Amino acid sequence: MTAKHLTQAIVFGIFAAVSALVVAVISFLLYYIFSNGLSSVSWEFLTSPPEQDGLKGGIMLSIAGTLLLVFFSVLFAFPIGVLSGIYMNEYSRENAWKKMVRLMTNNLAGIPSIVFGLFGLALFVKAANFGASILAGSLTLAAMILPILIRTTEESLKQIPGDYRAASLALGATKWYTIRHVVLPSAFPNIISGLILGVGRIAGETAPIIFTVAASYLTQFPQSIFSQVMALPFTIYYMASSHPNLLEARPIAYGAAVVLLAIVLSLNLLSRLAVTQDKLGAVRYFLSIVFPPLGIALWAQYRTRKPVVANDCIFAAGVGGGLYTLLLFIQYLL
Amino acid sequence: MFAKGISIKELQLWYGDFHAVKGVSMEIDPKAVTAYIGPSGCGKSTVLRCLNRMNDLIENVRIEGEVTIDQQNIYAPQVDVYALRKKVGMVFQKPSPFPKSIFENVAYGLRVNGMRNKTEIADIVEKSLKGAALWNEVKDKLKQSALGLSGGQQQRLCIARAIAPNPEVVLMDEPTSALDPISTVQVEELMSDLKKHYTIVIVTHNMQQAQRIADKTAFFYVGYLIEYTDTQSLFNNPKEEKTQKYISGDFS
Repeated sequence: MTAKHLTQAIVFGIFAAVSALVVAVISFLLYYIFSNGLSSVSWEFLTSPPEQDGLKGGIMLSIAGTLLLVFFSVLFAFPIGVLSGIYMNEYSRENAWKKMVRLMTNNLAGIPSIVFGLFGLALFVKAANFGASILAGSLTLAAMILPILIRTTEESLKQIPGDYRAASLALGATKWYTIRHVVLPSAFPNIISGLILGVGRIAGETAPIIFTVAASYLTQFPQSIFSQVMALPFTIYYMASSHPNLLEARPIAYGAAVVLLAIVLSLNLLSRLAVTQDKLGAVRYFLSIVFPPLGIALWAQYRTRKPVVANDCIFAAGVGGGLYTLLLFIQYLL
Repeated sequence: MFAKGISIKELQLWYGDFHAVKGVSMEIDPKAVTAYIGPSGCGKSTVLRCLNRMNDLIENVRIEGEVTIDQQNIYAPQVDVYALRKKVGMVFQKPSPFPKSIFENVAYGLRVNGMRNKTEIADIVEKSLKGAALWNEVKDKLKQSALGLSGGQQQRLCIARAIAPNPEVVLMDEPTSALDPISTVQVEELMSDLKKHYTIVIVTHNMQQAQRIADKTAFFYVGYLIEYTDTQSLFNNPKEEKTQKYISGDFS
């Protein structure tokens, strides 16, 4: 082996080690959350409202609150985001105004989430006088995903070949007809994928909802969009750090974290399913997040340049699942 | 004056400061194939795209002169450019079927023009696919995605799509440059069928192709129309020195 080969081997070795480290950190994180939280999760935990300041009962109201917030913020942000994206990519010419809008969009994406929370408090809760409510909270979250939606729409539209537009216009179609019948349908899977990722993002946000909507303990469903709700990330925060009885509250926090992770990871899977032709590949990807051993098995196969076959995946998933259950069981015994 | 032909008078075109077409005038025969040849950047595609006003879509473009189709100057202010493009179909260099079914690709131009009647649409789609010599290959899979077709089939599908709205003129911008030799022959054979019904203007880099299919050929060079006459005379007996040099391959 020459010195060149040796250097190359060392450098690639470092790359491999670093990426293995990333996998290890994520695997450990998931393992830690799931092993601590899975024992709290039961059918009752998922379907009952909380009792005794959240220590008894379940987290149904937090799940429902998170879903409501997601629903309303998408309702507000999706049309605005998609229409702005269309305007930016299809109609606006490269001029000062477009640069300005792009700059603002990028700035919006870079604002820390706590600042969004304060902004929501000042504008929606106080100035608009919505109070701490679903309306104020989902408007705040909507402002947060807006830049994601604008950018993904713009990027998705950019990927559509100009040939489609030219061919449609050459057939006598107007620009709007072309966008509606050729460009948007082709870009839609990517736009939806961006939306789902955005939803995953806001489903897990705590800071923007602290001042604008989230309640630490409620016993009934919200009556209107002017009611407060509980939400999963805030419930985790409250049970893990602010509850008067932290020791008893901790397992609930872990349980809620498992549920939130499951929701976010499922959204991640969904967003991949939305864009990919290779549905099996997306499922495989998802499984390798949930079962890191599967990911490692797939990686090993990639290394040996053997085509990955479904049987191997099922086998790896089986081994991974088995190991996983074993780990949980050991944890339980300890 | 030709009743159904195209007449170009003193056409000038600038992309920003770049003078791309310099005073081109020509009469294009109806129901014949006219080929535009010339080295890259000579303005042949630009002149072609002036005939259905596709150049309008480019920023900073300025056009002067007249293009008359059906005794109407298509650059007159009151002209409906969408109606014009229905009358002047176009086939592009790269086969560009929409990511829709084979049927919907051909039906697209009909739906654009507001046709709703399903049987009428189905009839025209069938007629157009037959006209593009594609019907026998796709009649059992009209509902399948057009992207599953081969390159040559996709290009014939694009021709079917272009002729479905029943245009008078079909413009073809290097329609075979992305195709294999067999598909190229199929498309060329198709063109000699199509000229019975349509006026065809084709841009080509391939001089043999021009000789095989075109009734008349125009040679462009740096924005000027250098020579325009019967294909046979242009290739066998060129009047201009530049034409002579270009067709003998003696050209930078």
